[in-house]
Amino acid sequence: MPVITYREAIRHALAEELERDANVVVLGEEVGQFHGAYKVTEGLLAKFGPKRIVDTPISEAGFIGMGVGASMLGIRPVMELMFWSFYSVAFDQILNNAANVRYMSGGQICCPIVIRGPANGGTNVGATHSHTPENVLANHPGVKVVVPATAADAKGLLKSAIRDNDPVFFLENTILYGEKGEVSEGEYLVPLGKADVKRVGTDLTIVTYGRCVLHSLAAAEVLEKEHKISVEVVDLRTIRPLDIDTVLASVAKTHRVLIVEEQKPFASVGSQLAFMIQREAFDELDGPIHRVATIDAPAIYSPPVEAEQLPNPQRIIKAALEAVK
Amino acid sequence: MTKKPSTTAEPTTTVSAAPAGFSQAPVNVALSVAQKIDLFRTMVRIRRFEERSLRAYQGKKIGGFLHLYIGQEAVAVGCCSLMGKDDHVITAYRDHGHAIAVGMDLKPLMAELYGKATGCSKGKGGSMHYFAPDKNYWGGHGIVGGQIPLGTGLAYALKYQGKKGAAMAFMGDGAVNQGAVHEAYNLAALWNLPVVFVIENNGYSMGTSQARSSAGELAKRAEGYDMPWGQCNGADVYEVRATMDKFLTLAREQSRPSTVEIDTYRYRGHSVADPDNTYRTKAEIEEYRRTKDPIQLFQNTLLSEGVLTEATATKIDEEARAESENAAAFAEASPYPTAGDIQTDVYWEADHPAERKSQGRLFFD
Repeated sequence: MPVITYREAIRHALAEELERDANVVVLGEEVGQFHGAYKVTEGLLAKFGPKRIVDTPISEAGFIGMGVGASMLGIRPVMELMFWSFYSVAFDQILNNAANVRYMSGGQICCPIVIRGPANGGTNVGATHSHTPENVLANHPGVKVVVPATAADAKGLLKSAIRDNDPVFFLENTILYGEKGEVSEGEYLVPLGKADVKRVGTDLTIVTYGRCVLHSLAAAEVLEKEHKISVEVVDLRTIRPLDIDTVLASVAKTHRVLIVEEQKPFASVGSQLAFMIQREAFDELDGPIHRVATIDAPAIYSPPVEAEQLPNPQRIIKAALEAVK
Repeated sequence: MTKKPSTTAEPTTTVSAAPAGFSQAPVNVALSVAQKIDLFRTMVRIRRFEERSLRAYQGKKIGGFLHLYIGQEAVAVGCCSLMGKDDHVITAYRDHGHAIAVGMDLKPLMAELYGKATGCSKGKGGSMHYFAPDKNYWGGHGIVGGQIPLGTGLAYALKYQGKKGAAMAFMGDGAVNQGAVHEAYNLAALWNLPVVFVIENNGYSMGTSQARSSAGELAKRAEGYDMPWGQCNGADVYEVRATMDKFLTLAREQSRPSTVEIDTYRYRGHSVADPDNTYRTKAEIEEYRRTKDPIQLFQNTLLSEGVLTEATATKIDEEARAESENAAAFAEASPYPTAGDIQTDVYWEADHPAERKSQGRLFFD
């Protein structure tokens, strides 16, 4: 199986879906002539032309709202946010219009839009560019939220997202763009809402998603070698719909849980998970649910300190040792 | 005066101004007697529907907000009467007039206000959120200016699909100060999208007059985006049609966007919760009613044209009252949605379980 980067996997998904469906259009800032701010869309303009690959002005509320309107008439816009952090200037379009229009119309309208782009800290760009809004997005019934950790998942999930008839918000990670992995060529779909056990273990379940999957796998290696602790790593892949069954099955096996998320702790994805696990698997738990989240402050600039603010293998190992005590 | 006086400069539109005798504009000359009577009838139906809905609101049959369109009827009727099969409409929360003008039936409209399952949005949208995609009517939107990028997207889709249609994106005079509107203007002009931005200028953004809220001439802001623009008198349905026809043709034939400011007036408050005694005088409202009422003016026109008789006008009015009364009775007799309906129409996939491809939980408790 070919080994490609996460960035290439997304590009392949876009190219294949552009090829498959004439209603798919890629729009965003610098996606065409510039080849993408993070080079995700490199080469697509040459291949598909300016009708399918559209450079937009810096005007998120305008072009995302436009995409929402176009999707109501059957276009399938895949809109790039250069950073998901910029969702705040298009909040009304994303979370009032895209999320609500089906409901408010009594189910007469569907809105098959995909909004994708990176949502992560760790690149020393400060608080304005480091938001991870998956919890905010998933708080809105009507939308789907995807956070892929690997190249294969990124490709398979994005293809599913583009074919989905509901609005799907796809959160990538600039630090993962260069990560390589084996990815099937051609048609390869991963259904939304299906978690993946990335490592099998017996002593502790780490529930995580996005880049924290990689940190958790690294931590699990150390925990195995140095502490003889067998860790199961459950990658949610999709936040909404949520595959809670896979999480509960793992909890039933290990009886101890650590949630790892690049999220501010208050009302995070992990908060929801912890509620559901205690509610639905209370008798399976041998101890309280632990969590590693982003340290609760706006994203700090200082490069070495930002690495400490985010979840990292050292913080995960420490928390895991607490969780299995 | 609440509105700013018109600019001294002539609108720098590429479209020549509508002829002075608007009844003689080709789009109006082409109207049959039946079509003229239909325009009149639709305006009357909007007014009687809204008056009936106001009584229902006062009788506590309707919750939330009720933004009445009374006084502005010639705008929606004039504009929507020009729609062809590939023309589309979107508007803000003062949306009853447009809904009736595109042909929605009064019963589901009234039932929606009552919050009933037979409502046009199954009781899930309310007054501000009427939709009829089968009639190219895309709402009904609650946030000031938020619908304008969506309307631009309708135009984008038309152009993308190679259809010769136009989108009309309606907003109030208060919306012109919202950033989303300007972003949409820029995109529409930059990409030559077939959209007409229609500003229904009723003089007040809620309780703040135009003079107190907006710098400069509203439609003229289009110049900054190199868009043609125009203004017209929204009390005259012929003038609305004559003006809008030119800009719609520009959109359909040349895929050029434009902005049209239509001067109008609402007799009722911003919503019926508005006490309407702090920002304008009763005399001002009375003056409009007496001299600029769009229905009365058009009735007079049709009487003088010999198209309408007093008897026919009375009959149309009585029928509209009866139709509104029937709609209220229908709404009253209809069932509410059930608690089980709360979680339908949220996700397409949840509503089509046989075709669902995703897994996992969509809903949480």
